[in-house]
Amino acid sequence: MTDRVLLKGRELAVWRGDRCLFEQLHFDLGAEQLALLVGANGSGKTTLLRILAGLGLPTRGSITWKDVAISELASEQRGEIAYRGHVEALKRDLTVAENLRFHATLWGRESRFDDVLEELKLDKVAHMRARHLSAGQRRRTALAMLKLQGAKLWLLDEPTTNLDGEGRALLVEWTRRHLASGGLAVIATHQPDELAMRGALVIEL
Amino acid sequence: MGAFKAVLARDLRVAFRRWSELGHPLIFFVIVVTLFPLALSPTASQLRDVGVGVLWVAALLSSLLALDGLFRGDADDGSLEQLLLSPAPLTITVLAKVTAHTLVTLVPLICLVPLSALSFNIPFAALPTLALALLLATPTLSVLVALGAALTVSLRRGGSIVGLLVLPLTGPLLIFGTRATDLSVNGEPTAAPLLLLAALAALAVSLGPLAIAAAVKVGLE
Repeated sequence: MTDRVLLKGRELAVWRGDRCLFEQLHFDLGAEQLALLVGANGSGKTTLLRILAGLGLPTRGSITWKDVAISELASEQRGEIAYRGHVEALKRDLTVAENLRFHATLWGRESRFDDVLEELKLDKVAHMRARHLSAGQRRRTALAMLKLQGAKLWLLDEPTTNLDGEGRALLVEWTRRHLASGGLAVIATHQPDELAMRGALVIEL
Repeated sequence: MGAFKAVLARDLRVAFRRWSELGHPLIFFVIVVTLFPLALSPTASQLRDVGVGVLWVAALLSSLLALDGLFRGDADDGSLEQLLLSPAPLTITVLAKVTAHTLVTLVPLICLVPLSALSFNIPFAALPTLALALLLATPTLSVLVALGAALTVSLRRGGSIVGLLVLPLTGPLLIFGTRATDLSVNGEPTAAPLLLLAALAALAVSLGPLAIAAAVKVGLE
């Protein structure tokens, strides 16, 4: 494990009206490190992930990626961060392949995804419109997008939802490989045991 | 440039797979334009007097009809977040979305207006000016409409409030557009109002995407 801290949160606090979701939250995350966000429903896991992605602002405190504030990242650095939320960002009227190709182009990646689709068992539905997919297949497509993006930092919001046992095992395997290749991941989950890995940081909200 | 093309192609593809929805603003336009001769006394001279105004107002109103879908679909399925997070500049991707929206909703409308003009007894010679004025008004109208859609993207039911936001701002378009058409009906030179419409279009296209991108960002926070 390297000592260099890439993702840094300092004195984070989020208030919704007069209700405090969390405050005085500190964390440091370096390469090959995983952070698990755990907490009851409504404890602010999604809020924190969105703030990490730059989709929201904390009430107080700062977050930096490679010592640059998240809201001020240059576009190449922004491309190093992948966020997958509750909704899969699939266009229902496009096929799985078209969705993936668009996503790859948007991130300036090569759109070669046959292997990924095969690994996710999506190769049979690649030319089906996304509206006909099951909830689990939609999740798997979202994972394919994550993989295509080739980001260094993964921000995943309950990625195991709707996935079957095999899918969850694949996600764990991918996360392990991602970390081993120098990546970072922050994952909000209700089943921390499934994703528990050596050296994982658990952030309780 | 790759991102612009990708977003444009994706939005056009989505729009054509839902082609039945594309017709709604056009049908709305035809109905409104047909209702006026029924309500007014349909003498040829009176129709020609009100015709230009009716066509322009009907075109503005029907362009508002398709507006809600501009960012709503992307906001609901999470693609808008991904556009915001992607390394491609949001001004470019937003411009691509607005361009796609213009191509599928406003351009068919522009083709329809000169046809309807004939039913108002507007002389054939004035049709090129009418079409040109509409074409020059389109970029400004698209940007205004997109700005309204972006500002209301966080509201569940933004549809009605967008009209209140956007319609008053279309005033200059209506004034210069109808002026150009009127002048042309009377056989006078039309350069001044057309140039003013072109100036508005240049302003909208150069500054509009920045404002729309900022509005989208605020809407998602």
